Amino acid sequence: MSAILNVVNLKNESVAEGKSNMVPSENTAKVIEIATKVKKDASTRLQVEGIKEPSKFTANAIAFFQWLLPPMFGLLMLLAVWALIAAQAQGLPGPIKTFQSAVELFSHPFYVNGPNDQGIGWNIVASLKRVGLGFSLAALVGIPLGFMIGRFEFLNRMTAPVISLLRPVSPLAWLPIGLLVFKAANPAAIWVIFISAIWPMIINTAVGVSKVPQDYMNVAKVLNLSEWKILTKILFPSVLPYMMTGVRLSIGVAWLVIVAAEMLTGGVGIGFWVWDEWNNLNVEHIIIAIFVVGIVGLLLEQGLIAIAKRFSYE
Amino acid sequence: MDMSKMEAPANQVSEGKMIDRYVYLENVNMRFVTKKGVFEALKDVNLNIQQGEFVSIIGHSGCGKSTVLNLIAGLLEPTSGHLFCAGREIAKPGPERAVVFQNHSLLPWLTCFENVYLAVERVFGSETKVNLELRTYAALELVGLTHASDKRPNEISGGMKQRVGIARALAMEPKVLLLDEPFGALDALTRATLQDELMKIMAKSGATAVMVTHDVDEAVLLSDRIVMMTNGPSATIGDILEVNLAKPRNRLELAENKQYNHLRAEVLKFLYERHAKKAA
Repeated sequence: MSAILNVVNLKNESVAEGKSNMVPSENTAKVIEIATKVKKDASTRLQVEGIKEPSKFTANAIAFFQWLLPPMFGLLMLLAVWALIAAQAQGLPGPIKTFQSAVELFSHPFYVNGPNDQGIGWNIVASLKRVGLGFSLAALVGIPLGFMIGRFEFLNRMTAPVISLLRPVSPLAWLPIGLLVFKAANPAAIWVIFISAIWPMIINTAVGVSKVPQDYMNVAKVLNLSEWKILTKILFPSVLPYMMTGVRLSIGVAWLVIVAAEMLTGGVGIGFWVWDEWNNLNVEHIIIAIFVVGIVGLLLEQGLIAIAKRFSYE
Repeated sequence: MDMSKMEAPANQVSEGKMIDRYVYLENVNMRFVTKKGVFEALKDVNLNIQQGEFVSIIGHSGCGKSTVLNLIAGLLEPTSGHLFCAGREIAKPGPERAVVFQNHSLLPWLTCFENVYLAVERVFGSETKVNLELRTYAALELVGLTHASDKRPNEISGGMKQRVGIARALAMEPKVLLLDEPFGALDALTRATLQDELMKIMAKSGATAVMVTHDVDEAVLLSDRIVMMTNGPSATIGDILEVNLAKPRNRLELAENKQYNHLRAEVLKFLYERHAKKAA
């Protein structure tokens, strides 16, 4: 921070110097004296820090470094704590060993050696497919339902007890019901995703509809707009930010739940893969899976934030 | 200054053309059911507004003046009594009674043009698209905002937003223009400019207008009649003041006009002597 301030000061002072040279007076002479002194001080300090000529590029580089420093520091802390624990605990691989294993693993992400032995890439794709399907179905049902609940008070009061009752249920408690009804593991996993991802979308959409400013609804009434115009020109744009919050929460929950669901259902998928590696006692791979799940979840969330920004009117 | 001209009758439209009871309120009562019980906002409100008239409703806050406006707009239904507009009973809101809302109520996701177009499209939907666009531009031009037509409401100033709100209302070519404290949220200078503009626009269009305000100068400057309301609960019309000042009016000339100052004093007396609001 101090380095940047110095650069700025330096610029200001050189400007002051240039101007005062044109119209010399007693005061300006003093200013020049002080300015040159400050300039000297600043430049010697910069030289000590190893920067000879401050330019826009170096200023940008410094700003970028300062922006990057805290998150890098956080990640390094994580690695340090991990390495420390790994050194104490038996069987827990450290960062370096895990990294070597990851390089090996990701050099062949898409191999297939029969149904139960496939590359990490295929496992991620399989999980994403299930999440995508379950999540899409949840959005397809949840968002229109949320609109209706928000728009009609009767429906709101009717569904309120059902939602309050079912929402806190642990997602995995739904798995046996899914297995029973669908008689197959894959649809059951998708069912679990569906039922756990639907609540945030219903609730946030409904809240969004009920929060549409009365002013806008008055405009709709005075203009005598049709239900379709009210939906497209007033309700939908007004609810969109709430809806996107619901969608973001939902995709987070869905990705959270898939690992657990797949551990129980088996097949191909990142959750099953974790369980398989546990049975093989390949702990490096489990840790890699944790990172993979984290990174994919992060990308999903960031993608949705980008979409939300694209559609935002602000 | 020509005093005799200033004190000529306000309505220059010949008497034969004026339609009596254009907007007509008959024994209107309004009660709201609240958590604390029944609240009687309005009691026995009777008002007769002629076509082409500019009527202001003034009163202390909470006297139900906005309720009167919302009743005429059709956004509220009276508990008892009847309201009529152009010979028909008011049942629900409609574009023939356009409202300029206090806080402009523009849709933030639409541009100024789209905001006005939404109204134009609804009222003149049977016309061609080019015609609708021309109407929209004409309305924006009337308020001097063609240059901002592609801007969104959050990109323009409060005064400009209010102008778009007025353009939207005027573009519908309403029978009655309802203004709910249209300039209440603006600074004094912007307010004065917009008042002058509104005076010109109203003179041009000759529309009937009902304006709710708490600004005495605004009421006297713009109105043909000022409806003064008593304090709520059970508020009603206390007195009606005829503003017999010639149009067009000029705020600078009026400042030294005896009649203007007399009218102003009358309103002030009503508000602060006869119906002073007790400090809350």
